Amino acid sequence: MNYHFEFGWLFEYYPQIVKGIAITIQLIAVGAIAGISLGIVCAWVRALGPPWLKPVVAAYVELIRNTPFLIQLFFIFFGLPSLGLQLSELEAANIAMVVNLGAYSSEIIRAGIQATPRGQFEAGASLAMTPFETFRHVVLIPSLQRIWPALSSQVVIVMLGSAVVSQIAAEDLTFAANFIQSRTFRAFEAYFVSTAVYLLLAILLRQVLGMVGWLIFPRRAAR
Amino acid sequence: MLSRRVFVAITAMAAAIGFGSVAQADALGDITARGTIRVAVPQDFPPFGSVGPDMAPVGYDIDMANLIAEKLGVKVELVPVTSANRIPYLQTNKVDLVISSLGKNPDREKVIDFTAAYAPFYNGVFAPADFAATKAEELAGKTIGVTRGAVEDLELTKVAPADTVIKRYEDNNGTISAFLSGQVEAVATGNVVAAAILAKNPPKRPELKFLIKNSPCYIGLSKEQPALLEKVNGIIAAAKTDGSLNAIAQKWLGADLPAEL
Repeated sequence: MNYHFEFGWLFEYYPQIVKGIAITIQLIAVGAIAGISLGIVCAWVRALGPPWLKPVVAAYVELIRNTPFLIQLFFIFFGLPSLGLQLSELEAANIAMVVNLGAYSSEIIRAGIQATPRGQFEAGASLAMTPFETFRHVVLIPSLQRIWPALSSQVVIVMLGSAVVSQIAAEDLTFAANFIQSRTFRAFEAYFVSTAVYLLLAILLRQVLGMVGWLIFPRRAAR
Repeated sequence: MLSRRVFVAITAMAAAIGFGSVAQADALGDITARGTIRVAVPQDFPPFGSVGPDMAPVGYDIDMANLIAEKLGVKVELVPVTSANRIPYLQTNKVDLVISSLGKNPDREKVIDFTAAYAPFYNGVFAPADFAATKAEELAGKTIGVTRGAVEDLELTKVAPADTVIKRYEDNNGTISAFLSGQVEAVATGNVVAAAILAKNPPKRPELKFLIKNSPCYIGLSKEQPALLEKVNGIIAAAKTDGSLNAIAQKWLGADLPAEL
């Protein structure tokens, strides 16, 4: 290999990279918290909710899961202004992340809810709990615990997918890499750095999600 | 004596090869005698030159070629060229004129001559009529869309005040969409891109606010052809005065010729 790496530009452009990392972290923080919350609500509707609401949520989930994220993003950013809803690129990116993760996570969480043994619902009912109380106090946490690894993977996938928000000029980490590449023509180095940062962010995110799981799920005493 | 004749012949051939197109005595005379002017035009660069619905070339450059042929009283023969081979076509005497959105620079001036400018080609800041700015300083606090890495991106980043919000999009389509959907107030782009937006008759019409970089198009011709150069320059000057060049600009670029031209 005869390529000479040249990282001198890092000194000039590192504020851009730091800003990009901050925006990517902000996107995934909002996306994960609001997206999983939305996913829980949608999963409840589809598994146990009122029958009239089920087709509405099903339509939303199928629409989002069967269209590209980039198109959803363009629809929100370039399309909605025609209907009078003007969103900044960060608002559009955040909404797209939440809507996208909400649909995917609802299916994962629904699987967890449906894997709950019938006896637990019956136990809740026999303790005079309403169906919602049974869901809230008996079903939800063990359901989440069952599917937590799958849900964590989905959050990481959405975090990596957030790279496309650079297409609407949201200045995330990918935007910073593209920007530096177009100014310095050091494509290999710019993407080398961004790849390393994404890898680090993904590993960190998994650690954080593992920690969250450790905190919210009951731990069995060692036998 | 035979050897001497051969020597003369070889010298003459060498001269002809060496000087290429310069060897032709009088291009204007040749054109008049032939009754046809051969013009290199683009066919892949709308609105300057592209293939029309009937497969014939159409565009600003083609209209310009027709105008010149008409004033010379000869027929026009359009020769489609690419941006890479348009100057070699002229140097090897395959065409008499290059009307192919050709910009002038010192390297090109060493090998061919240029007439007066015939078409505007510039980057600038474009916005609807109600956007008030006549120079870069007045962009403070405004949101401008631009295609990342393009010449206008680099130039605008240099001249715009620090609190100008510059949104950089991946390609011209992103920049155009951002402008049309109101995500940015103005765009910095080329007049050709602005013309492409205007051609779609949008509710927001991009008008030129100020120039960033100006590099108009010139007609190229072989060196040492003062008669042809003078004649074509005369036609261009007359077309500017009588408004026929402005009509071509309105037709293909959707805007009047700038005053500088």
